[in-house]
This record gives sequence, C-alpha cells and structure tokens, in this order.
Amino acid sequence: MTAPAPLADGERPPAAGALDVERLRASFPILAREVHGHRLVYLDNAASAQRPEVVIDAVNDCYRTYYANAHRGVHALSELSTDAYEAARGKVARFIGAPDSHEVVFTRGTTESLNLVAQSYGRPLLAPGDEVLLTEMEHHSNIVPWQLVCEQTGARVRAAPITDDGELDLEAFAGMLNERTRVVALTHVSNALGTVNDIPAVVELTRARSDAVVVVDGAQAVPHMTIDVASLGCDFYAFSGHKMYGPGGIGVLWGRRELLAAMPPYHGGGAMITRVTFERTDYAAPPQRFEAGTPAIAPAIGLGVAVEFLEAIGLDRIERHEHELLSHTVEVLNDLPWVRVLGQDTEGGSLRAAVVSLVIDGAHPHDVATILDEQGVAIRAGHHCAQPLMERLGVPATVRASFGLYNTHEEVDLLVSSLHEVRRIFG
Amino acid sequence: MSDLRDLYQQVILDHYRAPRNFGALEPVCASAEGYNPLCGDQVKVYLRTDGDVVDAVTFEGVGCAISTASASLMTEAVRGLERPQAEALIASFLKLMTGDGNGAAGVDLGKLEVLSGVKDYPVRIKCATLAWHALRAALEGGDSETVSTE
Repeated sequence: MTAPAPLADGERPPAAGALDVERLRASFPILAREVHGHRLVYLDNAASAQRPEVVIDAVNDCYRTYYANAHRGVHALSELSTDAYEAARGKVARFIGAPDSHEVVFTRGTTESLNLVAQSYGRPLLAPGDEVLLTEMEHHSNIVPWQLVCEQTGARVRAAPITDDGELDLEAFAGMLNERTRVVALTHVSNALGTVNDIPAVVELTRARSDAVVVVDGAQAVPHMTIDVASLGCDFYAFSGHKMYGPGGIGVLWGRRELLAAMPPYHGGGAMITRVTFERTDYAAPPQRFEAGTPAIAPAIGLGVAVEFLEAIGLDRIERHEHELLSHTVEVLNDLPWVRVLGQDTEGGSLRAAVVSLVIDGAHPHDVATILDEQGVAIRAGHHCAQPLMERLGVPATVRASFGLYNTHEEVDLLVSSLHEVRRIFG
Repeated sequence: MSDLRDLYQQVILDHYRAPRNFGALEPVCASAEGYNPLCGDQVKVYLRTDGDVVDAVTFEGVGCAISTASASLMTEAVRGLERPQAEALIASFLKLMTGDGNGAAGVDLGKLEVLSGVKDYPVRIKCATLAWHALRAALEGGDSETVSTE
C-alpha cells in the first residue's frame, strides 16, 4: 500500500482516528468479487455505492420475518413494519440534523424529491415572469423538473455561471437574484466535478436579495460529509439511499415543516388522506401527505441501518479518508502530461469531495472506460447527466472516478496503472 | 490484454486518429443524424447519390474510437455501391454486430471485419452501429432526421 499523501498544515495525522479500511471492506460482500479476472476496483460510487452486509441483512430480515404493509393493519406484522419504517424516519432525521422527523418525507430518490418540490411547492407559487435560479453544474435531475414546472407556469429557468475552476461564481449568482426569484435550486456537491458549494453563503445571499426558497440536491454530499440542515440554512434538502450505502428505490426529501404543511400533495392515493368522499378529500399532514400508496418499507428500513452504519464509522473520518484519496489521485494525475483533470483547483482539491473528472489526450472516455473495465476498474465515462456542464467545460464527456469509504490508496494506484494501459494502446 | 488488442486493432486506431471522409458534403442529397442518448455521442452522415449509385458519403461528429472508426470505414465501404448493395451491406454489418451469424450471405464485409471484435463488448455495439443507422436513414431519404440508438 502506498503511503498516504502528505498532510496539509493543521490537518490531523490519520493514526488514531483513521479508518480501518480493510476491516470495512470485509463488510461489503461485493468487493470480494472479480471482474474479468481482476479484483474489482469500484470507483463509480457517485453513480451508486455498494451496500454493507448489515444493510442487505436488514432488508432480508424485514422480508423474512416481519414484513407487512405499514400504517394499515392492526395485526402484529403491520405494527412491526410500521414501527420499523417510522424508526428509520427518525434515524434519518437525526442524521441530517432535522429538528422534527415529520419533516422527513420518504421518496424513491433524489429525482423524485426534486420533482416533488417543483410540483408541490413550485407549481402553485410560480407565475409568468418568475424565476427559478439554478447553476451551470446541476445534474439533469435538478434542471428538468424546473423546466417542466416553468413550462406549466410561465416562469423561467436561469443558470448561474461557474468559474473555469468548476466553482459557482458567487458574485454572478448574487447579481442574478432579484424580487422575481422564487426558487434557488443547486447541488451541494457536483456529481461531475466534486465541487462543494458553500450552501450557507448561497442562503445568505438569497435571503438578502429575494424571497426565494433554497432547494439543495444533496445526493453527492450525504455519503461524504456531516450534513446538518439547520446550520446549512436551506429550505429543502434532497438525497438518495443508494448513494449512501443504502438500498435502491428509497430517498429523502427534507423540508421545513411550515413549508411542507402549506404544500398540496404530489401524488394522490392511499395513505395520504384523512377522509375521502367523492365531493372532497382531506389530506393527511406531512410527511404522510407526500407518501401516497404503499411505501418502499424494507428499503426505508435498510436506509435507517445505512445511517447507523455511517454514524458508527463517523462522517468526519470518512471525509478525511476520502480527501486523502482524492489528494493522492490528483497529485499523481497532475504529473501525467497526457491527463487533464477538470475543475480541480491546483491546490490539491481542498474544496472537492470524492470525485475526480479527467480527460486523456487522444482517447475518448468510452474507450478509456472499456480498457479500465478489462482490468477490473469500474469508473464512469460520459456526460454524467450534466450536459450543460460538459458544454461549459468544452468536452463531450469525461472519465470520472468517484470514491467511497472503502476505497484504498492501492486502488488509486491500480486506476493510474490502468490509465497507463490506455496510453499504451492509444499513445 | 489480448481481447483489448482484438478490439483496438491498428486499422481502428488509424481510422480514429485520421478519419476518412470527415466533414460536411457539398452538394448533398440527404443527411441524417445519429444520436446515442446514453453517452451523448452524435454523428451526422451526409449522402450524395448519382442515380442509383452512392457517389459519396461523409460524416462529422464527436465520438469514441469505435464509433469514429466505424463511421470512417463505412464511408469508404459504401462508396460506389448501388443502393440495394449499400442497403445489403448495412444489414450485413448490423448482423455482424449483433452476433447474428457472420453477416448476410453473399455480402463481403472486407475491411469492416476489423470491427467484429466489438460484438464481444455488448455495451459498445451501439457505438459501432450509430453511423450505420444514420446512413440507413439517409438512404431512406431522410433529411436531418435523427435516429436514436435507444
């Protein structure tokens, strides 16, 4: 194993608080498998992370021993399922610093969470001439829902620019805020570049210059850093279970209680009502109002276990470990003249989280991905569902390596040696 | 790495680095765009026919080595063919890519065989077929029609 990157001034040495990565790896069964005869090097965590055994077991255990529909029956299994489902909500609330678990809505994922805000908060509010302010680094899931609601209401989408270093241009952002801005929606961490946006600064500017709410796409932040919605100061925060070592098909929308309470339902159906007649329906209070139909009960329970798993390790330790991996990677890649790292400041990625995007002279990212895959290295090649960002950066696609808590310095070295293989073929 | 050497043969790398018949065609009879929404790769194929004969085919766009080389090789392979021959070649090439036998009977794929390694990489087959779908659309008379691989 390669020595970790040198510590920056003031950074604590990783000795006492360092992750026992090998022990953690053993709790992720999939990491033991081989791909094309090589040990799997999984560096596609920004697309979807892998799950530890405790999460897999929790889902399994629910289906094997106590599953029934939640909030429905008076029988024993329904009560067990309901309790476990609601306990998971409580764990998530605590995990993100939500003052009240009624502010935590379970959804299918970040995409559904953002669509929910656009339709239930945005649609009744927005009028022709109103503005929804995004940034150039948004994932399509934080662009298209706003375009849809703008088409429905006559409001318009604007995008605040980023700098060449891949950071939000806060001055330009401030200049685009005005009394017509109703919604500011931005990502906490860029899925393509790893840029960490200064949410408190964005909130402060927004409050000073408009009446807009601030909606944060936290999909790429929650697995990598401690999230406290109270200190972020935003109004909505959306994220997905599958990127934070939890099951697929479950996600979260956190919203301020008073905002959720004033919003109409997103979907209609069972579980979101208090009384239905053919003349009228009374809606349940949040969060049930936004959880029509039978929810993803076992995945929600699995998400609660993923939260406990992360808390037991400590997000601060995970963040430090991933930062060391990132610094190591960027340092090595910067020495290769045929590699260009995108949107990474030259100081070593102090504002980036767990993602490195790169292009290689003379080799298209898809070819790079195929060659890496042959060596067991799983990365993502493409536009990362951020086509406007790719256009801004002037590239059709990038190669993206994204880290999780179980990645090692040795895997970074395998990534780099695989890139040398690309160079040998395409050289 | 023998598999990768099969995929990235010298002919493919050569056509990737120096694609033949690259750029817009003037005058042009028909054109069609191919788009792969999965990866964002885009190719535009231009076709000029003289009576029933394919007089020239060119392409432009941004793509990986497989899609660029496939488009480049295609422009060379179809030139001078009569329309039914060109259509048969397209069908034969697409069959080769889907692993459905070795192409249609009686059609010699010639140099295009260098792309046969692609069929062992299922996620890359759409890269190789993108320009071919666009050429087929152009032959069917499409003008700026976009064909999608999805």
